[in-house]
Amino acid sequence: MRSPEDRGLRESAIFDKASIAAIQHAAETGIYDIRGWGAKRAVPHFDDLLFLGSAISRYPMEGYRERCDTDVTMGAENASKPMELDIPITIAGMSFGALSAQAKEALGRGASAMGTSTTTGDGGMTDEERTHSDKLVYQLLPSRYGMNPDHLRQADAIEVVVSQGAKPGGSGMLLGQKISERVAAMRTLPEGIDQRSACRHPDWTGPDDLTLKIQELREITDWEKPIHVKVAATRPYYDTKLAVAAGADVVVLDGMQGGTAATQEVFIEHVGIPTLAAIGPAVRALTEMGVHRKVKLIVSGGIRTGADVAKALALGADSVAIGTAALIALGDNDPRWAEEYEKIGSAAGYYDDFQAGQDPAGITTQDPKLAARLDPVAAGKRLANYLQVLTLEAQTIARACGKSHVTHLEPEDLVALTIESAAMTGLPLAGTEWVPGRNGDL
Amino acid sequence: MEALTDTTVEIDLSQSTVRELNAELHAPTSKSYRVSNSRGLHSVAVGIKDEIDVEIDGDVGYYCAGMHQKGNLTIAGMAGPGVAENMMSGRVHIKGHASQSAAATAHGGLLVVDGNASTRCGISLKGGDIVVKGNIGALSAFMAQAGRIVVCGDAGEALGDSIFEARLYVRGSVASLGTDCIAKEMRDEHREELAQLLKDAGMEDEANDSKYLDSFTRYGSARTLYHFNSGE
Ligand SMILES: Cc1cc2nc3c(=O)[nH]c(=O)nc-3n(C[C@H](O)[C@H](O)[C@H](O)COP(=O)(O)O)c2cc1C
Repeated sequence: MRSPEDRGLRESAIFDKASIAAIQHAAETGIYDIRGWGAKRAVPHFDDLLFLGSAISRYPMEGYRERCDTDVTMGAENASKPMELDIPITIAGMSFGALSAQAKEALGRGASAMGTSTTTGDGGMTDEERTHSDKLVYQLLPSRYGMNPDHLRQADAIEVVVSQGAKPGGSGMLLGQKISERVAAMRTLPEGIDQRSACRHPDWTGPDDLTLKIQELREITDWEKPIHVKVAATRPYYDTKLAVAAGADVVVLDGMQGGTAATQEVFIEHVGIPTLAAIGPAVRALTEMGVHRKVKLIVSGGIRTGADVAKALALGADSVAIGTAALIALGDNDPRWAEEYEKIGSAAGYYDDFQAGQDPAGITTQDPKLAARLDPVAAGKRLANYLQVLTLEAQTIARACGKSHVTHLEPEDLVALTIESAAMTGLPLAGTEWVPGRNGDL
Repeated sequence: MEALTDTTVEIDLSQSTVRELNAELHAPTSKSYRVSNSRGLHSVAVGIKDEIDVEIDGDVGYYCAGMHQKGNLTIAGMAGPGVAENMMSGRVHIKGHASQSAAATAHGGLLVVDGNASTRCGISLKGGDIVVKGNIGALSAFMAQAGRIVVCGDAGEALGDSIFEARLYVRGSVASLGTDCIAKEMRDEHREELAQLLKDAGMEDEANDSKYLDSFTRYGSARTLYHFNSGE
């Protein structure tokens, strides 16, 4: 049969197929859509920037021969045991519960092979991840599920989670299918309930309290560990200033595209600002406070390639964090499960029902049969390969720009490809010296 | 632990820093400590993880006894916000009043407050026990998951909002119940549980007084919010 387009039918740009399906779903069920993944709409992103490389006025470095370092240290100012990462790419916080134990182990194996860290999530620390992650960041979330001072002391860094890019102002969700006996026990919840985490911390509100909270965490752990503060990209200039003033060693800034295990679709697509728009204000805040590159900035939300990594660093980040891409590297959305994705109403490359716990790839599930499909060793190797490629790509660009360390990349190495991205990043539009709102008329 | 001395070590917080105090308490050389001049300082005696006795002679600021394990801590004064937050085990006893979020998210152990506790007492409680001899403030036991709270006085607004499986025993009035929190029948096992908690809190006479026990009402979850399709 000829496609509707071939027959001259026209799809509405406003009421496109996805919008029509969403209305139909709402009308049928009376329940909003909850899903995983991150925003699917197009927003200004790193693709809207280009590197200039070198020419007569700039010298490149020799690819492969000349050194281009990639290491980054977190917490050198305050922590007696700073966290040293070999590459500026970390694995973002994803909970056991949202992910299978096998997936957590695979993340640990892959990250450790490349000398970088993984992060716990909204559900506590498992032995699997502590054993397999050489460097592990322990999250302190509003829910405090499984929060344990012994784990705090075992961690290599502590991350106070204020909010997440996919849902600034919202909280974790884990639907009944995934609240297995083990997950329920770790979270002190009845098995099988639809769990909603708290969205506010139970024992602090506001920046002054946060200062005292960070002080308490340092005291409990004898000032050994770097303290991260993770905040969704909403008002990054102010949030960065407040986090730094409160004593953070690291600010983790998560853009609206950032992945999630389960959130209302309306939240994922409509709350928060794009990663690209958030970096500039955060860097400005750090610079004004005189701590840029001392207090570290980790950026996440939509990082896919070494080019994305390099662009984030050039805009002033010290590292990136990846969630969705790491899961894809493990085997999420793999075409080998195409038939099974179809059976559960999705398709390889489209699967986002992380909340449902039926993941054919065995990653976002607590079903022991499905989870057993993921071989942590093989999946860990895939992640290590992917991290290796990201690093090599970022180095390729850095060398082309004449840099002996990837964090020496700077805004001057970049131009913007669209007026929006120029306005958001303060970079000149390619081929011009024009920065919207700064020099000349808008 | 054998190597620890029995002699009480005195630490004066006008001479030593909170950092010095906590460092000593994390690698204790004695079985017992007395801390003076606490003057509302923050993070006093946090992260204790050994069977030691610590007596604080004065008021403390935020997060005193934070993430407490095993030890026995007494505050002869007032406690600021988040006292005994995320306590795991052991005992914390406040002789005065406690500010907000007392024993927030506590996973175990017992917090005893001789006076009143302010708002959000036992918020997100995860298995710890709290006995408040006076009143508790609004939004106490919010989202409390497990553990028990005994209130010998009155409870403020929105008690037990969105509560899970924690059990609340209130002797006086409750200004209002939060969403999904209801009064429940006091069965024998609950009376026994209540009596034991009172004993643990040093209220032996009350624990043996059946009239006193009768004057409590038990509150807990109606469990109507456990699934998304059952009303937001
Ligand atoms: C399956 C999954 C689970 C997540 N769980 C958590 C969590 O427990 N805590 C948290 O702070 N962020 C969580 N996140 C968000 C990530 O930490 C990170 O901010 C986000 O994935 C970054 O964006 P990206 O997916 O585009 O790389 C989760 C993300 C995913 C995909």
